[in-house]
Order: sequence, then structure tokens, then C-alpha cells
Amino acid sequence: MNGSLRPTPPTIAGPGTHRLAVGLAGLALGWVALYALNERLWGPLLGDLLGVDPSTRAGDAVRFLLYDVSKIMLLLVGMIFAVGLVRTTLRPERVRDFLEGKPLYLALLLAAVVGSVTPFCSCSSIPLFIGFVAAGVPLSVTFAFLIASPLVNEVAVVMMADAFGWRITVGYVVAGLTIAVVAGWVFSRFPLRGQVEEFVWTAPIARLQRDGRRPTLEERVEAARDEVREIFGRVWKWVIIGVGIGALVHGWVPESSFERFAGADNPLAVLAAALVGVPLYSNAAGVVPIGEALYGKGAALGTVMAFMMATVALSLPEAVLLRRVLKPRLLAAYFGAVAVGILIVGVLFNTVT
Amino acid sequence: MNIKILGPGCKNCQRLERETRRAVDELGLDATVDKVTDYAAIAGYGVMSTPGLVVDDQVVMSGRVPDADEIKVLLRR
Repeated sequence: MNGSLRPTPPTIAGPGTHRLAVGLAGLALGWVALYALNERLWGPLLGDLLGVDPSTRAGDAVRFLLYDVSKIMLLLVGMIFAVGLVRTTLRPERVRDFLEGKPLYLALLLAAVVGSVTPFCSCSSIPLFIGFVAAGVPLSVTFAFLIASPLVNEVAVVMMADAFGWRITVGYVVAGLTIAVVAGWVFSRFPLRGQVEEFVWTAPIARLQRDGRRPTLEERVEAARDEVREIFGRVWKWVIIGVGIGALVHGWVPESSFERFAGADNPLAVLAAALVGVPLYSNAAGVVPIGEALYGKGAALGTVMAFMMATVALSLPEAVLLRRVLKPRLLAAYFGAVAVGILIVGVLFNTVT
Repeated sequence: MNIKILGPGCKNCQRLERETRRAVDELGLDATVDKVTDYAAIAGYGVMSTPGLVVDDQVVMSGRVPDADEIKVLLRR
């Protein structure tokens, strides 16, 4: 983001706001220009200036890498900024107030949807868990939130749409939300109080005072900029790693390599793909380009989906964190439920497509 | 003045501590900066997105890392 975006001291709508709006429009134009430039820059640049022949395998892989990384980075920055402008007021504290006292089904659905749009870093998952549960939000609803959050978010949507197109992206989002809601519902059927560490229930909770006024444009821009910095700072290296590995698979793995053992008619491949995904610690930014490359080499869509979902939703660091608040049996059940959900989604996608 | 940094020790918490110490130094404040890493204690302040900044037992900011200049404004209040 450039220097002109630095928020001026809080003023009520005035010349500052207008200048900011013009600045935003300028940024949007600049973004479109960069996007258009990216479409035609790399071929000529590599060919004429560096003498890289794009018709060779390595030349094409390099061109693809540069093009795709730039495109994804542009899409991510644009999307995170736009979402950041809109969701300025959506904080976990407000989400909690919003979920309390709603009927179970509605609360589960809302928790999954809100979990997918709330900015939230995994190191916050424990304070968030305690804050929800100690305030009386049911455990099942809290789980729905925690499951949806890494699976479905703007980074995942951008990566999926770029790699797989909108139809499959919608399928992914619906599948992710469904896993969160159904797993939450299953947990609501069991008495789980004793399976949560005791200190969670006795934690004294305070409520932060929030004023009800609407955020100004300045504050929105500032929050959006912070989010771009935070989220983009976290995922950019994963994009390079993911697209890099994807490019290697694209260029050097023979066509249809995965058809035989990772085809649609092999449910065991879904299980194997999910198991491979668990120890890979990554987020959607890293794993989606790899999933796309596997898909391009003949792996079935559901199998690829299971691989990607297991990578982002089931991670060992997350398990270690949650162990602080969940006793081992519930922790195992939590991961088991998400894993079963992912397997069902994988098999279903393989059957339908 | 007593300042507390709420957070389990992730990267953002460390950044917040660094920025806060810089703000304190630049303002020449006589303040202690403590870290609160216990989850129950963090929840006790009502903070659900870490890191959080507490000044004299009042939560003044949570869920992001402001830079030293912004922290100075928060500390002067």
C-alpha cells in the first residue's frame, strides 16, 4: 500500500474523506492496470530480455511461476483489502454476542458462516475458545466456528477460484460449511462438559466495552490495510512454495500419472490423500496450487479436495494448541469428526463428478 | 503506569511488546511492561483475539499490532 493511504487523524467526513475516496479509486485503477500488465508481461520479458525460450519445459515453468504468483498475489491483496473494508466491525467479541441465545440450528449455521469471514489467526484460537465457551456459547457452536475458519476464508476462495473456477469453488465452500455445521451438530448430541479442561468453565470473563458508532471510511481503510499486511504477510511465502511445487508437477510429472491409483473409483485414495494432508502444515495459499496440479495430472476431484481440506483443517500444531482446553478424548473426537467429514466430502465429489 | 501485553507468545505478541517498549522509551514514561501468557488470565480481560494491550488494567486495544506512534496515542490518554 502506498503512503497516501496513511489515515489522517480522525475527522468527521470532510475533505480528508474525499481525498481518501479518490485515493481508493486510484488504487483500484492501479490494481486493474497491474492485473492487465501481468497478463502479457512475462512472455515478452523473459523471451526478449533474458532469452528464455518459453517453448522449452523449463522456460514455460518459469513463465508460469512468475505469471501465476503475481496474479495470485494481486488477487489476494485486492480481495483481503476489499473484505477488510467491509468487515471492520466483525470481531470475535461481537460474534459471541451475536451467537448467544440463538436456537441451535441457526447458531450452528451462523457460527460456520461467521467463522469463515472473521479474521482470526490460529494463535488466537484458545482465547477465542475460552471466550466463547465461558460466556455460554455451546461447545458445538464453538466447534462449528473453529472448523469453518481455516477451511473457508477469503484466501481459500481466491486460491480455489484461480485454480479450479467458480463452480468448484462454490462446491468447496458449501462442503466446508456443511462439515462445520454437521460436525457441530453431532457434538451437540453428547454431554461434553467433563471433556473440557476445568479452568475453561471457571475462567472469569470480562466484556470489552464497545461503542456503537459506525466506523468512518478512514478507520475502514486503516483496518483493511492492517489486514492486508497481516494476512498477506502470513501467506505470501506459501503462495510461492505452492505454485512452485505445482509448476514442478505441471512440467515434470507425466500426464495421467494419478489416474490409476487416485482416480474417482478408488475410495481408498481419498483416505490416503487425507492422511498425506495431515502432517503437511500449510494453509489454502500453499496447498491449492498443488491440488490443482495433481488434478491436472489425473487425480480425481474429490481425492484432491480431501487432500486440500485435510491439509488446512487438520494440523498438528492446531491439535497441540487445542489440547490446552480439550481433554484427549474430546480432542480425538474433534479431529475424528472433521476427518470423517472430509472423507465423506471426498467420496461424494468423486461420485458426482 | 503498568502496561500488560496479553498473548501466548506468538509472533504478533512479540511485535506488540517491541513496539510498546519503543513507545514507552520515546515518551520517557515511567512504566512497567509485563507479559501475560496464561490463557485463563487473557480471557479474564475479555480479550478474544490476541495480542491485547492493557494499560493500568484497562484493555485499550486487541486483535492487531499497532505501531509505536499509535501506541503513544493510546498511552497518553
